[in-house]
Amino acid sequence: MMQSSHNVMVFIEHHDNRVAEISKELLSRASDLARDLGGEVEAVVLTGEEMEEIQDLGRYGCSRVYCVQDKRLANYTSVPYSKALGKVVRNYTPHVLLFGATTMGRDLAPRIASELNCGLTADCTELEIGNHKIKGKIYENILLQRRPAFGGNIIATIVSPESKPSMATVREGVMKKQELDEKLQVKVVNLESDLTDQDVLSEVLEIQKVEKKVDLKSAKIIVAAGMGAVDEKSLNMVRELAHVLGGEVGASRPVVDGGYLDKDHQVGQTGTTVRPVLYIACGISGQVQHRAGMGEAHRIIAINSDPNAPIFDCAHYGIVGDVNQVLPKMIQAYKEN
Amino acid sequence: MGLNIIVLVKQVPDTQNITQEAMKPDGTVNRDALPAIFNPEDLHALEEAIKIKETLGGMVTVITMGPPKAVEVLKESMYRGSDDVILLSDKKFAGADTLATSYALKCAVQTVGEFDLVLCGGQAIDGDTGQVGPQLSEKLNINQLTSICDIREVTESEIIGFRATEQGYEKVKSGFPALLTVSSEANEPRSPSAKKVMAYKNIQCSEQQAYDESYLDNKCARDAMIVKQWNIDSIGADPEKCGLSGSWTQVKKIENVVLAASEAKQIENSDEGISSLIKELTQEHIIG
Repeated sequence: MMQSSHNVMVFIEHHDNRVAEISKELLSRASDLARDLGGEVEAVVLTGEEMEEIQDLGRYGCSRVYCVQDKRLANYTSVPYSKALGKVVRNYTPHVLLFGATTMGRDLAPRIASELNCGLTADCTELEIGNHKIKGKIYENILLQRRPAFGGNIIATIVSPESKPSMATVREGVMKKQELDEKLQVKVVNLESDLTDQDVLSEVLEIQKVEKKVDLKSAKIIVAAGMGAVDEKSLNMVRELAHVLGGEVGASRPVVDGGYLDKDHQVGQTGTTVRPVLYIACGISGQVQHRAGMGEAHRIIAINSDPNAPIFDCAHYGIVGDVNQVLPKMIQAYKEN
Repeated sequence: MGLNIIVLVKQVPDTQNITQEAMKPDGTVNRDALPAIFNPEDLHALEEAIKIKETLGGMVTVITMGPPKAVEVLKESMYRGSDDVILLSDKKFAGADTLATSYALKCAVQTVGEFDLVLCGGQAIDGDTGQVGPQLSEKLNINQLTSICDIREVTESEIIGFRATEQGYEKVKSGFPALLTVSSEANEPRSPSAKKVMAYKNIQCSEQQAYDESYLDNKCARDAMIVKQWNIDSIGADPEKCGLSGSWTQVKKIENVVLAASEAKQIENSDEGISSLIKELTQEHIIG
């Protein structure tokens, strides 16, 4: 095991030369963790070109940025990125190493964990520093990682006290981004790249950007359809209510699997985790994996014709009735109000 | 000619369709009451492997790590056209985290021998980590393409596919060997072939054969209608790196998500009831 610092390191994800939101969220959480550990927040940027924005990372509490610039890092590919990151981690021995649970983070983090032979916890929803006692031995100030598992039916707290660093991926939108002070300076440490063309095993031939048609993550109001609202009339009414309230349309997994709405609309364990001000569940039974993705909504209205549907257990307001009858009344009432 | 493809599959409890029968009175899930199924994304990985074999020829070998009852997913794989199946089972694998799992799988893949492609699902619905694929790829020291949602072109020397990312899609190319993780968007898995079901429905695993080298021969295993079962010795794995002792992560605490009833305010399904709800939400600036 390597001798480690007390620092918390964040892998910075970027697209089009812009730092991803998830990385700012992670830096913000990392500064709390580093404070508890008595260490500092460090960031790693692997890039193909100069990135001005790294100068701004200080405002999220980051003290140092290790930057490796190499044309082979212009597009994310697994082997060059893991080789470059692995070297930084070995040299600077952070106590904690964080990644976004994004396509990139989920590709890179396990490769690094395997290479460094250390524990990795996926999709964390909560991170804190604490103690862990096992078989009479106490590990102090280690990373406690909470994550939903088993399809959202359990929340597990995972630790890896005997391997360093403690590695975790964190879902987007779970940690809160906070700017501490925009005058905070960050030290940029430029590191030599020792990648060669032999390291490049994948070639990115083309990048197709798809504008997300729905933005569930930042929606204040979500009107979501379940299997009780997939007939054309109900779906149209779900859309109309979302439209008049200025919200987005969400969906449960069976609705997406059944092809009634696109995957972009899916709320829940395997879809998007949302925290809107208002969530209106229309004909959604409320399986635990759906609730894992919306249970934190500020207010929840459940509409279901089955009075025993589990969705009512997590709702603030319950309306027993057919979506087809309830939604027109809601639209009408809102327009009159 | 053709490609040697290894597909990794897992038998998982069906966490996606939790029925009322699988709920305990205290509101937690009774895991034992959940049916064991073929991990959904792994079926898509298998389908992709069979499709490649149909175009280019070659051999599809399916490996699963798990208890003896996991032989069911191997049968399902035979029904869909795989050539060979291996059950990797040993009590010493118990309690493995993703790192220890990927180590055991690495030893198994190397025991199979030469390969061009390793295919697996993006993630299993019980652990939900998606870590084993990339970890295995690192241990085999080969390239990886994760989140593959569409395989466009496969030749004897390279593969081109699309990865689904948060921004859209990425068209990527890799040579062999490589490991790919496949998502459910990639294809529509075929149904079992009735003929193959008849041929393989009685295959079973046997404890003894792991010590009998003749079972390492594919043809022999098929003729005997017995699934190859490998244990820790058959794959030459270091017991220290397997199971609990090879796992760095520990579960400190498990909390069941309890579907406890909260007090939902019942709103009358009438014009008046709904109108007063809307008024209340407006006054609280929830809607506006």
